[in-house]
Amino acid sequence: MPSSRERILRDIRQHLPVDAALPSHAGKWTRYEDPTQQFLNVLSSVGGVGKVVAGHLPLREEIYCLVDQLEARQICSVLPEVIPGNVDMAAIDDPHDLAAVDLAILPGELAVAENAAVWVTGAHVPQRVAYFLSQHVVLIVPADRIVNNMHEAYDWLHREAGAGGPFASPRWGTFMSGPSKTADIEQALVIGAHGARSLHVYLTT
Amino acid sequence: MDHAIAAADFVADDAHAHWHDQALWFIRAKRDKCVHGLPEWEELRDRAAAIKQHTISHLADYLEQFERNATRLGAVVHWARDAAEHNAIVHGLLRERGVRRIVKSKSMLTEECGLNPYLESHGVEVVDTDLGEWIVQLRHEHPSHIVLPAIHIKKEEVGELFHRELGTDKGATDPTYLTEAARQRLREKFLAAEAGITGVNFAVAETGGFVVCTNEGNSDLGTSLPKIHIASMGIEKLVPRLSDLGVFLRLLARSATGQPITAYSTHYHGPRPGCELHIVLVDNGRTNLLASEEFRNSLRCIRCGACLNTCPVYRRSGGHSYGVTIAGPIGSIINPARDAEKHHSLPFACSLCGSCTDVCPVKIDLHSQLLAWRKHIVARKLMKSSKRRLMWFAGAVLKRPRAYAAAGRVARTALRIAPRWLVYNRFNPWGRQRELPTPPKQSFRDWYSRNETRNE
Repeated sequence: MPSSRERILRDIRQHLPVDAALPSHAGKWTRYEDPTQQFLNVLSSVGGVGKVVAGHLPLREEIYCLVDQLEARQICSVLPEVIPGNVDMAAIDDPHDLAAVDLAILPGELAVAENAAVWVTGAHVPQRVAYFLSQHVVLIVPADRIVNNMHEAYDWLHREAGAGGPFASPRWGTFMSGPSKTADIEQALVIGAHGARSLHVYLTT
Repeated sequence: MDHAIAAADFVADDAHAHWHDQALWFIRAKRDKCVHGLPEWEELRDRAAAIKQHTISHLADYLEQFERNATRLGAVVHWARDAAEHNAIVHGLLRERGVRRIVKSKSMLTEECGLNPYLESHGVEVVDTDLGEWIVQLRHEHPSHIVLPAIHIKKEEVGELFHRELGTDKGATDPTYLTEAARQRLREKFLAAEAGITGVNFAVAETGGFVVCTNEGNSDLGTSLPKIHIASMGIEKLVPRLSDLGVFLRLLARSATGQPITAYSTHYHGPRPGCELHIVLVDNGRTNLLASEEFRNSLRCIRCGACLNTCPVYRRSGGHSYGVTIAGPIGSIINPARDAEKHHSLPFACSLCGSCTDVCPVKIDLHSQLLAWRKHIVARKLMKSSKRRLMWFAGAVLKRPRAYAAAGRVARTALRIAPRWLVYNRFNPWGRQRELPTPPKQSFRDWYSRNETRNE
């Protein structure tokens, strides 16, 4: 008896419609005069906080301020040059051990102006759950890594990856836009559903 | 199953029905605001429709390419022809690994397959982690909307439910307070889960990966903690290229809730180190849709829910009155394709206003398809006999100009002199909530024939 795989593929092949052309991605997509400002505006509209920060010292000040303000005790940082943190992710095998993290300071690779999304991956973060389980999240993105829209974002991913494409090997990546949120109770917006209660994005020059 | 009958309870609570209508219209308005801020919106819709159309015309090749690439990345791909096979595959995976506790993020496909009751009957604890879906799970209900599962429930009802289930303060209705209580309880569930099940928003043939979009971050928690991730996807979820996501992620959240993008759009490619990733490709009637030239466009659907939010019938009758997993205009097309006899009334739960077609991000000609379904249902004699007779009678009158004119004369006079009980009774369901207009003394035809001669 043919397998389900064979039967599904056969059923599909028996009924394929006539060939339709695949369009290109080229287009006059919206670009912004000041992508950074657009990013910051949208980020604030989706409940996040963003800021352009020049240099490590002011960035460190910003983050220490935030630590105080959030009364964060367990801090997980993969950017020790900015702030050391006291939870060492490299020493952790089980993602469940990050359950008590109050604040995670993590890298973002790319910012998208149109929707305030930041592309985050596991390149420097051994436990991806840190982005989602931590009570509060700070993302640090180089200020020049900003694109106008999602088309440019995927172009950037391709350019950055080279020949094999961005997913030649097992890898995950998330576009994060603002903190976790829900409106499932009577359409009332509540920030901090399951993931981060707050999201701060620092664009560093 | 008859939509109009099933909707009667919902409609009977007039205040609630209006509240529901307004809640959905609010989302439609948010969508409009977001969409009008993007000059290339129509161009994006054209591209999305074309990409989907192309994918469907090469679906078998793309599925094979997806399988090859996903396997290369270390995922295991399974194929299921129907709901029963899907459920058996998922349960088999859990049983072999001794998994008893799973967290699930929103997946209309697993709803469609009835996965929850199946797993529960086999002793597996299933927790739906999307807040809205968890609320309906605790109420032993089904989602009434594909994106907003608990849109039909008032915060007072959620407060009552959480008081009972979670011990929140009696009478508490503040959404922030209630959401926090859910966060605490579900965090325990995430940390205790042995496997995570998700749906799939888009799968990419050229990379063998897939994308899951949420606002709450529930699918990310559910797939970053346990060692096993099972993703269930309909075979129509494919796009050919990674960059196609640029088009679809721009359309999805704007259409669904009027957001520029969901808070989390996670791209999964292969399992985490030392973990497992299983992808179940499900047909469950999709190849039947593909076989139908008239209705195959509905396979483009990206499940954004925009057609539900804008539909005047959906807004005023509620999702449960459709008696199916996917309600609203799109559901009224794909469900009759599965079982026309059972769902014969759905294509008639429609005013043919065409608003669904206007908002659809992948340009499905929804209202035309709904009209086409009506023809099929009439041709297959699936319509109620009372309605069929009435339609036959109407047809007989409407195609004979003299009979039509005579019937008009009779009606104009009769409606004016007939006592109320003769007009408003059980044979006139139209008049149950409405008043008939006062009939004019003269028809337009009479007026025209008089005035035409006078003007000459």
